[in-house]
Amino acid sequence: MKNDIILAGVGGQGILSIAAIIGYAAVQSNLYLKQAEVHGMSQRGGDVQSHLRLSSDEIASDLIPEGKADMIISVEPMESLRYLPYLYKEGWLITNTQPFVNIPNYPAIEEVMAEIHKLPRYVALDAEKMADEAGSKKAANVVILGAASPFIDIPVEKLEEAIRFLFGKKGEDLVEINLKALRAGREFAKENM
Amino acid sequence: MNKLLLLGDEAIAQAGIDAGMSGVFAYPGTPSTEITQYVRSSPETKKKGIVATWAANEKTAAEQALGMSYAGKRAMTCMKHVGLNVAADVFMNAAITGANGGLLFVVADDPSMHSSQNEQDSRVYGKFAMIPILEPSNQQEAYDMVHIGFDISEKLQVPVLMRITTRLAHSRAGVARKDTREQNQFKLPEDLKQFILLPAIARKRYQMLLDNQEAFQQLADESQYNQFYPAEDTTLGIIACGLAYNYLMENYPDRKVPHPVVKVTQYPLPQKHIRELYDQCDEILVIEDGYPVVEEMLKGFMDRGKKIKGRLDGSLPRTGELNPTIVGKALGIPVPETLPVPDLLANRPPSLCKGCPHIDSFLGLNEAIEQYGKGRVFSDIGCYTLSALPPYHSINTCVDMGASITMAKGAADAGMRPAVAVIGDSTFTHSGITGLLDAVNDKSNITVVILDNATTAMTGGQPSSAFERLEDICKGVGVEEDHIRVIKPLNKRHEENTQVFKEELAYDGVSVIIPRRECIVTLNKRMRQKFKDKEKAEKK
Repeated sequence: MKNDIILAGVGGQGILSIAAIIGYAAVQSNLYLKQAEVHGMSQRGGDVQSHLRLSSDEIASDLIPEGKADMIISVEPMESLRYLPYLYKEGWLITNTQPFVNIPNYPAIEEVMAEIHKLPRYVALDAEKMADEAGSKKAANVVILGAASPFIDIPVEKLEEAIRFLFGKKGEDLVEINLKALRAGREFAKENM
Repeated sequence: MNKLLLLGDEAIAQAGIDAGMSGVFAYPGTPSTEITQYVRSSPETKKKGIVATWAANEKTAAEQALGMSYAGKRAMTCMKHVGLNVAADVFMNAAITGANGGLLFVVADDPSMHSSQNEQDSRVYGKFAMIPILEPSNQQEAYDMVHIGFDISEKLQVPVLMRITTRLAHSRAGVARKDTREQNQFKLPEDLKQFILLPAIARKRYQMLLDNQEAFQQLADESQYNQFYPAEDTTLGIIACGLAYNYLMENYPDRKVPHPVVKVTQYPLPQKHIRELYDQCDEILVIEDGYPVVEEMLKGFMDRGKKIKGRLDGSLPRTGELNPTIVGKALGIPVPETLPVPDLLANRPPSLCKGCPHIDSFLGLNEAIEQYGKGRVFSDIGCYTLSALPPYHSINTCVDMGASITMAKGAADAGMRPAVAVIGDSTFTHSGITGLLDAVNDKSNITVVILDNATTAMTGGQPSSAFERLEDICKGVGVEEDHIRVIKPLNKRHEENTQVFKEELAYDGVSVIIPRRECIVTLNKRMRQKFKDKEKAEKK
């Protein structure tokens, strides 16, 4: 088993939390894992990415080679396109449709979506809206993780366990909201893949 | 034993704790910050009485580590690559004094300049100081080699350099811990003159360092971390240093490289392995992150031997971080066809946070300085360097820590009026105070803006060493009290703040303006914590 995942978004959108949930679940599933993070300057509202690699065999490189990623998981639509050269031809792109506009020259969102719709395999969803319905807009990143979960070779129960572990100290309410967010994203993906 | 999921930085930190380190001394700098951060937040640190401290700068940090080594205990000092420039004086001379307790310099390089102003390679410094260098290729080796580093340091009484790069520093993987080791007891150096670098003693110590080179070589030749892997196809031999070894292996899914390979993670270069490789193979490809250090050594000035390929002949790009795709290309492995990045994609550079106090400071400064024209603002290194970008376009320089004040002084001495320095509170204590003293002594016409957000913001909010003492420091250095102006950078105070800027820009002499408002990120964090604590208290 091997899952090579590019996580994309804007600094502060919570891609490292997605990585932490998958990471915890992977370790609990006795998988090898390597995850290259971005710290420092780019975290200040710039584009950020993380390479997350899971495998049943030992992993060599911390970085995914171009054309070898099984999926791109993005919490921002334009950012989902930035790393396309990493995606394997039949790989999946899972992205939020809500743009994060902090630059003056952000392209028209219709055009961004048109580019996404050109891809052979994608799941695009309004994660903020679904997170809001689950109880908090802040769980948008976990909705996206939910939408990606059918493509990740880790049982969803392990991801739920990871959410309980990682959000547990922040309160039971937050655990419930995030579990709901995960399930909502997952249901959407299953119906729209 | 269960593996811990650790960043390379954290693996080094955990290893320090487990290897009986008594102290870690550092100034924060991406990508090295998380080492000291981890030690500071580990519950074991308190239990074991380990000192984990943020120093004023890398030089003072490294000297504290050297002092701890003098006292017989194991010490680590951590910094980013350009931090070693600041600590270069103690680094070079510590190679001559040698160590007593194990002494490890951990330096994190930043090829591709993800968060830095250059991509200098610390292995050059290691070679310059003639000390052993460790360059782990993965998180587990980073952990293991801290133990080895302390062992070498104590056995041969020499400081050891561990060089990592951003990718290892900030990448997570499972790490298995070793048994823990007790800290050293307090023990003076056997020779109480060892650390007195008076010429007569320094000459002796230098000779000892030179005599030790053979021992360093032998250690590298015999190190289990330097390996020769034979293979059939000797048309090419490959030398892979540190992390580059992983990129090489990634290109062979069965992990069988058809060419002989030497993996290098400990320097001086393992002569035995490299000679064997050279003798067997028609050509050599050197894969190393950073400068072409090994490649140049092999090539030599005359370049009359076998063909050496790498960053210098274009087989690999001359600059930037390596990755498996680049290494694959150098090996002639085709890149799979992929989708291009659509043209509509816009760049998204980092920017000052919404609500950041620096925004209001720069808007005030911009307006006040407009009448004098562009090109008069010398800046420094921190979040505020982002004011170079639109919409502010406020600053004209960013060179090295503290250079804002001294460059402004130099320009003022050349006749520039006004000459403005913009520096953060933490950068000011790191390297700005001495420059301010120069300006005061020469009565230079400069205005120094010390942006006081009460933290070291860019690296994640470490404490600032001059917290609530900035005015006293400026007064103590000799700035006139009337020209130390504290303002609160807020939108609603824009008019009055701009007036303060205008007045001090027009002043003949050294003036200091301190815009003071807490970093919005640390403020939010503090407020969240306060809210949580309150909630907890109410539940009880």
